[in-house]
Amino acid sequence: MTSTTLDAGPASSAGPAGRLSAFLFRHPRLRLGGLLTPPLLWLVVAYLASLLALFVTAFWSVDSFTGALNRQLTLENFQEVLTTAVYRNLTWQTLAVALTVTLISALVALPMGFYMAKVASPRMRALLLLAILTPLWASYLVKAYAWRGMVSPSGVLDWLLGPLGLTGPGFGVVAVILVETYLWLPYMLLATYAGFERLPNSLLEASGDLGASNGRTFRSVVLPMVLPALVAGSIFTFSLTMGDYIAVGIVGGKFQTLGTAIYANVAGSANQPLGAALSMIPVAIITIYLLLVRRTGALSEL
Amino acid sequence: MILSRRTRIVLGSVVALVMAFVYLPLAVVVMSSFNTSKTFTWPMEGFTTYWWTQVAASPGFRDALVTSVTVGLIATAIALVLGSLLSFAVARYQWFGRSSISFLVVLPIALPGIVTGVALQNAFVNFKPFGISLGLAAVVIGHATFCIVVVYNNVIARLRRTSTSFEEASMDLGATTFQTFRYVTFPATRSALVAGALLAFGLSFDEIIVTQFTAGAGVETLPIWIFENLARPNQAPVVNVVATLLILAAIVPVWLTNRIAGDAAGGGRL
Repeated sequence: MTSTTLDAGPASSAGPAGRLSAFLFRHPRLRLGGLLTPPLLWLVVAYLASLLALFVTAFWSVDSFTGALNRQLTLENFQEVLTTAVYRNLTWQTLAVALTVTLISALVALPMGFYMAKVASPRMRALLLLAILTPLWASYLVKAYAWRGMVSPSGVLDWLLGPLGLTGPGFGVVAVILVETYLWLPYMLLATYAGFERLPNSLLEASGDLGASNGRTFRSVVLPMVLPALVAGSIFTFSLTMGDYIAVGIVGGKFQTLGTAIYANVAGSANQPLGAALSMIPVAIITIYLLLVRRTGALSEL
Repeated sequence: MILSRRTRIVLGSVVALVMAFVYLPLAVVVMSSFNTSKTFTWPMEGFTTYWWTQVAASPGFRDALVTSVTVGLIATAIALVLGSLLSFAVARYQWFGRSSISFLVVLPIALPGIVTGVALQNAFVNFKPFGISLGLAAVVIGHATFCIVVVYNNVIARLRRTSTSFEEASMDLGATTFQTFRYVTFPATRSALVAGALLAFGLSFDEIIVTQFTAGAGVETLPIWIFENLARPNQAPVVNVVATLLILAAIVPVWLTNRIAGDAAGGGRL
């Protein structure tokens, strides 16, 4: 008796909806398929296929006379990208900026994340979290633009630093590093904060009880445990700086990065194959970065 | 770990400095939108609301606003459906490849926008999938792709916190799958869905890079409008006004979602 009522459970509601429901109930794989197919199809067709198509296009060429696309596969774009001194310098330059930005962000995020998770009162913590989240969502373009008025000659920084006998950085590489740090720091802050929050207080106390100084506790207990979170944040600061061209265009002055070169090739001279080959550089560098940091367990924190 | 008074003061000052660093530029933009001067100089010369009335009357601005809202609404609707389907599949079922899904979903915002932008532009120009080329449809597809992660992260955070026993109880009491969804699952995830949708809309509303590459000629969203006016002389005051509007448009969803849901770290962007 019990078994029949249990089996009849979902099917007991009469009508086509009931029958469909019972059918689905008995076929969990079908339910899973229905849930998975639309989003996966979208991500594969709209996104992964586009990335693949970009990779293929990097092997095409453009006829220099007619400007027509030649779909025969050739390595000349990669050859040009890898052997031209300009592109090589741009790559190093961009890499240096991205690493500097990541390092500065980490150095700022460590004390700040620690303060938020371990020192601040719960009220203060919630307030600070919201205060970090809000600018993260403010328009990227607007944030980059906001710095134009900060670093420009007779801008806010000049005005602030003037009494100290200093001037602002002006447009250039320093401004780029400053603005990139500004743009992506919230990612690092949130990731680091999450890492500190997961770190049990008892570990800190145990370390102190066993005689470690605060510095030693930080080196031997805190840092190893928040490292995955720090690295998770660094993926964003590094990758997003690698590809940025908007902020560089706004505050960079004459300074160029890979992003500005890709943008110029795709939007300006309409040499899409060359632009495609160029954009493989940040993709390759970011892939290498991801492979390097995979062992820290950071990818599961994304 | 006992912190000395000095360490606490140092830590507190770092936090205060970072906060000043984060908010000062935004405050300058907001204040400059009321500056009488035509250039972006500091300190301010005087107070005026003239630029705000100028922007409100500008047809270019209104068209761009309509385009931005249209794109945002459609992209959000698509992302809402796809993101929640995916989060249910990941949170409630075991399957091969499940662990790599969150990585795939976050990829469109973790890879630099320029890569996504160039890839989509190339796809729409040289491959024309389903006959779609650059334009509004391409913009919507691009936006929906990177908005999925926001909905997904918000909904999955909620699903992981709610136990399945309520759903099981509902089914045991004779409810169909659909009734269970309507009366049990949906109410439990509703605020996360709303939060995801609001944030996805905010993300789409602010997006410039993917838009720039997929819009083609004639489609102008608000960020594109700003970008084009950056290069023109004497447009600094109106740009400041629209920039202030975009800052507000970002702040409102974040505060709203923080009130109604707020279980995903970073609002689902991380």
